[in-house]
Amino acid sequence: MFSLSVRRITAALLAVGLFALPARAATELTMYYPIAVGGPIPKLIDSMIAEFEKGHPAIKVTAVYAGNYDDTRNKALAALKAGNPVQLSVLFSIDLFELIDQDVIVPFDDLVTAADKPWLESFYPGLMENSRTKGKTWGIPFQRSTIVLYWNKDAFKQAGLDPNKPPATWGEMVEMAKRLVQKGASGNVTRYGLMIPSTGYPYWMFQALARQNGEVLMNQDGNRTFFDKPAVVEALAFWRDLGGTHGVMPKGTVEWGTLREAFLQGKTAMMWHTTGNLTPVRTGAKFDFGVAMLPASKMRGSPTGGGNFYVFKKASPEERKAAVAFIKWMTAPEQAARWSIETGYMGVTRAAYDTPALKKYAAEFPAAAVARDQLQHAVAELAVHENARVKKLLDDAIQAALTGGKEPKAALAEAQAGAERILSRYRR
Amino acid sequence: MRRLLGGRRLDAVHGWLLLLPAAVLLATFTHYPILASLVDSVRSTPRGGQPAVFVGLENYGFMAADPIFWRVMGNNVVFALGTIPASIVLALLMATWIDRRLPARALVRLAYFTPTILPMVAVANIWLFFYTPQFGLLDQVRALFGAAHHNWLGDPSTVMGCLIVMTVWKEAGFFSIFYLAALQHLPPDLKEAAAIEGTPRWTFFRRVTLPLLMPTTLFVLVNATINSFKLVDQLFILTKGGPDNASNLLLYYLYEVAFGYNDWAYAATLTVLLLAILAVLAIAQFGLIERRVHYR
Repeated sequence: MFSLSVRRITAALLAVGLFALPARAATELTMYYPIAVGGPIPKLIDSMIAEFEKGHPAIKVTAVYAGNYDDTRNKALAALKAGNPVQLSVLFSIDLFELIDQDVIVPFDDLVTAADKPWLESFYPGLMENSRTKGKTWGIPFQRSTIVLYWNKDAFKQAGLDPNKPPATWGEMVEMAKRLVQKGASGNVTRYGLMIPSTGYPYWMFQALARQNGEVLMNQDGNRTFFDKPAVVEALAFWRDLGGTHGVMPKGTVEWGTLREAFLQGKTAMMWHTTGNLTPVRTGAKFDFGVAMLPASKMRGSPTGGGNFYVFKKASPEERKAAVAFIKWMTAPEQAARWSIETGYMGVTRAAYDTPALKKYAAEFPAAAVARDQLQHAVAELAVHENARVKKLLDDAIQAALTGGKEPKAALAEAQAGAERILSRYRR
Repeated sequence: MRRLLGGRRLDAVHGWLLLLPAAVLLATFTHYPILASLVDSVRSTPRGGQPAVFVGLENYGFMAADPIFWRVMGNNVVFALGTIPASIVLALLMATWIDRRLPARALVRLAYFTPTILPMVAVANIWLFFYTPQFGLLDQVRALFGAAHHNWLGDPSTVMGCLIVMTVWKEAGFFSIFYLAALQHLPPDLKEAAAIEGTPRWTFFRRVTLPLLMPTTLFVLVNATINSFKLVDQLFILTKGGPDNASNLLLYYLYEVAFGYNDWAYAATLTVLLLAILAVLAIAQFGLIERRVHYR
């Protein structure tokens, strides 16, 4: 008797549960997320999501970590094509035109209410350059960075250089790097003066060099490139000469993925890398290091970089609303500050740097504010129509020049001709 | 029922029903995609709301004029020539070696087979560490002899060699399993007869063992050839096809075009070409070599 009644109660409860569930079903969001640097980013994102869900019980967010920026875009687009649910993603800020051409994202102007307009205006304008085109805002900055110069203060001391004075110009950088090169007994280089990575994102590093030499690589409409301008060619020749003529950098290409380890192991005294590597470098360095803005040739300069939030067209109205709520929460000053402190990526709004947490952190660890300070010299990252293809043309040209396969001028002229063929279709 | 349909017809239905699952799978995952690729390769890529239209052989013309495509084809030929003979010869050597009674034979076999068990991505990650300049294993060893370090994967003249060495290491163990199985099935009386006649070991190997291994060699050869076009996982980890396409292979380029550039039409064109190459190679191998194969 007893067991029977228990069974009945269970059945009744189950039935109630089954009917009750759909009524309070959560809006489920799937988000693809790119990891471009090492470190515990997935753990951090997961814990931020958990916190968000606590405050918004009706929304459930699942993050799918899908590799680097390109892999993540490919997987998100493949998922959309296959009809799998993806409502929002953090994807490369420079995929903007591709995503618009593929007709898969919605502009935020269509998603937010009038009350949200100040939120859209709260981000650093330098970061929004890669979010806006055709008078609309398509992406919200989140995992954003600039390139900074990391230098090993102990190595500077050892070489008789002032450890608190990073190079401010190209000339200084070469002179210092020459003194920082260390050779073993048999004449082998055991420590290089400088490394600029040329796999992974060669065009990004090159944009910094080109900007410092006074040029930008493309227009804001994303349908014209300037790869073959004389100052751009000069910038590539300078990069090649660092490994060749000056001998302060390895010949050939420098691996993006293992560069941080090379810096931490003291195999190079300076490196150019994303500010997104700041926290891992800080935890990993057994020596005193500094972070500075990149040096200048004619001017200072660095492209911004990193990922933006996008909302996909396929999302239903409720899902879109939930996605915006999530993005607003993730970019709110407290979260942006926490994100910046734990990763090294920049706080995306002025308000983030005004939070007590980030203020205190930047005061103790001034390196944390370098990326923000450099924003005044920043340009938009290379973003054009059919971006992957155009970017690849430039990447190949850079690598051809660095490995000695082609002269910088010829390589860049070829890349420009290729880009011209692709982009002329998008001018009308 | 049986009388209604007639015994023979029922058997035929029965037979077809047994074939059905395999036929459905083959049609869905092999025949349909081939046809779809053929169709896509003569149409344009839909872009910016414009639907795909028939363009004839335009995509093939684009392919013929694409310098990266030719570079990739050349690389693939080098990769095939570098990996196929080396991995087959090495597999045969390894198999004859572990076929004998040597101490700790199981351990040696395990060591040979380990690369096969590991996924390519894991293998590539291990070798990435080997090839890393300055603090990689290879450079550390070279440093012991005072040699300068070298940027193995960043130098267009060495990157292909690095890929080939790693691939042979991965493949040879797998092929040696087939050779080992074949060796152990060779009739022992042949060996005894040769021993009585005092045939030199090398002559026996050349005149008896090798011919008897031909079916296995053909099988391994076909597989190695297909693999030389199919294996690209290592590129994702090691080089992404760089520097400047020096290590880019056909299938990786195809992936880039399809999922990086979203140029489905051109990707379909490359797919058709890849299929054609593999078909021609397989037909040639079966046609030419099978005549020399002794099946028992």
